Amino acid sequence: MCGIAGLIHRGKSSNVGQELQGMLQALKHRGEDSTGYALYGDTDGQNFIMRFKVGENVGEGSSSVMEDVSVYDERKKIVDSYLSQMGAKIVKEERILPYSLRYEIDYDKGDLLEFSQKIESIPGVEILSMGKSLEVIKDLGNAKTVCDRYNLGDLVGTHAIGHARMATESGVDIKSAHPFWGYPFSDVSVVHNGQLTNYWNNRRILENKGMRFMSECDSELIAVYLAEKMRNGATLEEGMKDSLSGLDGVFTYFVATKNSLGMAKDTMAAKPLVLYESDDLVAMGSEEIAIRSVLPQEIDTYDPFDGEVKVWQI
Amino acid sequence: MANLKTTEKKTKAQSMGLHTEVLTGKTQQKFFNPDEAENFYYWGTYDVDFNKRTELDVNDMDCKEANKKIDELMSQGYGTIVIKNPQGKHSLGVGILNKLNLIFEGSLGYFGVGSIDGPTVRVNGRVGWSCAENMMAGKVVIEKNAGSCFGAAVRGGDLICKGSVGARTGIDQKGGTIIIGGDAGAFTGFMMQRGRIVVLGNVGINLGDSMYDGTIYVGGKIGSYGSDAIESPMTKSDIDWLKRKLKVAEIGENFDVSKMTKVVAGKKLWNYDALEPTEKKGAI
Repeated sequence: MCGIAGLIHRGKSSNVGQELQGMLQALKHRGEDSTGYALYGDTDGQNFIMRFKVGENVGEGSSSVMEDVSVYDERKKIVDSYLSQMGAKIVKEERILPYSLRYEIDYDKGDLLEFSQKIESIPGVEILSMGKSLEVIKDLGNAKTVCDRYNLGDLVGTHAIGHARMATESGVDIKSAHPFWGYPFSDVSVVHNGQLTNYWNNRRILENKGMRFMSECDSELIAVYLAEKMRNGATLEEGMKDSLSGLDGVFTYFVATKNSLGMAKDTMAAKPLVLYESDDLVAMGSEEIAIRSVLPQEIDTYDPFDGEVKVWQI
Repeated sequence: MANLKTTEKKTKAQSMGLHTEVLTGKTQQKFFNPDEAENFYYWGTYDVDFNKRTELDVNDMDCKEANKKIDELMSQGYGTIVIKNPQGKHSLGVGILNKLNLIFEGSLGYFGVGSIDGPTVRVNGRVGWSCAENMMAGKVVIEKNAGSCFGAAVRGGDLICKGSVGARTGIDQKGGTIIIGGDAGAFTGFMMQRGRIVVLGNVGINLGDSMYDGTIYVGGKIGSYGSDAIESPMTKSDIDWLKRKLKVAEIGENFDVSKMTKVVAGKKLWNYDALEPTEKKGAI
């Protein structure tokens, strides 16, 4: 059992970091092994923002093996040199935690696949997100713990999706935490509640097509599946509709891009979702209490039906 | 004649006078005797006065505190309780076993008003998954929409949602009536065993899948039938019953019930009609 939440402000920006923290904290009883945020912040759109990790959080019940912190510095140095080799200029650098970094990069060659493959060829390095608006922040602990650790409370933006995880299919570590970046597409992220039963079949097929998996978490398949569809020319909504038959199991998932946010629910409708929609705001979560944390007044909400796909534009 | 003998080993329940069965071998049942009525006490119930009204703001309470407070108010004889600011909290108003007017001014989360036996409940908002699960008797009216598993395993009473509901409405239903004013999702009436479901709008796929018995009436389109569910002709008694029920439910009074589709189990998957009446109650 995991919890997912998302919101879009239409036509304005808001303090989405704080709002999503409230929504996910309301769902912490659904799992607090790890919590993840995909925040779409207000930026000038000039530089890429790369969130990446050079190691794992080995505390708080983590299933990761402890490493000497000095290897993090070594990995960071190699990342810096690879960026330089690829002509990417680091405009701003923040090392939030020893294993977690945020770079603003001036990079004008559009091919993120080649870029990402190069960076992730360094053992122990994973790009959590890459985009001109998207920032994926995920770590062990509940929503408030992660929000405080990464100072997300002040982040202003238009939309966000997030995930409170109870680890069932894979380890308690950052690499298995949601959201997943829609590698190698800029500004695409996915969160999922449920279980995919044809994960290994799909993974083999997609890996043969050159797609990349970083974890053994079945939810990562959704991000990779949609990325592969979009790589072949499908729109986000087309990819999501196709996933209803292509993915087997029970699921409700959200996918967000720079300008849109979508939800899909499997044909068994086995995983919950409550939705609120108005002209200014769309808010959704696994339970109504998540929505209540941003909208305490009486509102009309509903459950999307089985096999339903919806996409909202900002 | 069965070999009857008194059990010698006293359990804690027996020593407290809570257990009356003293025989082994084939079960010897002790039937209710009206002359001994004063000896029977329905634990956790209260005599309440419907004219005695109070309000309870649960905004700063968790579900345990709120339910305990409702219980306390009933013990003081309050028969009409208005709950303010439920804020989508889970498991509110559960386990009420006596008559009561319970009004929620807002929405409930999961498992709202579950395992109730008698109260009249009105929710002026929406309810989450598994509302009124295992309801035995009473009437529950939801003014807005409801989540999935609405009325799971209900055994009696009337459960009404004026809006639309999610998937698996009336799953494992064993009695009573569920009425939906809007649409219902997939697997409506999944494995239902007794009772009736009325949906005025459309229903999703796999309607009545694996249903044992019971009846489903649908006013709109049907996504698809589940295995074992088939259409059956509407009879005059169906129409009369529907008209009566919709009036009581304060919903769809002008709805043309004669055009509804009646769905029943196509296979006899059960055998409890062969049981003795007292055993039948246990079977369902």
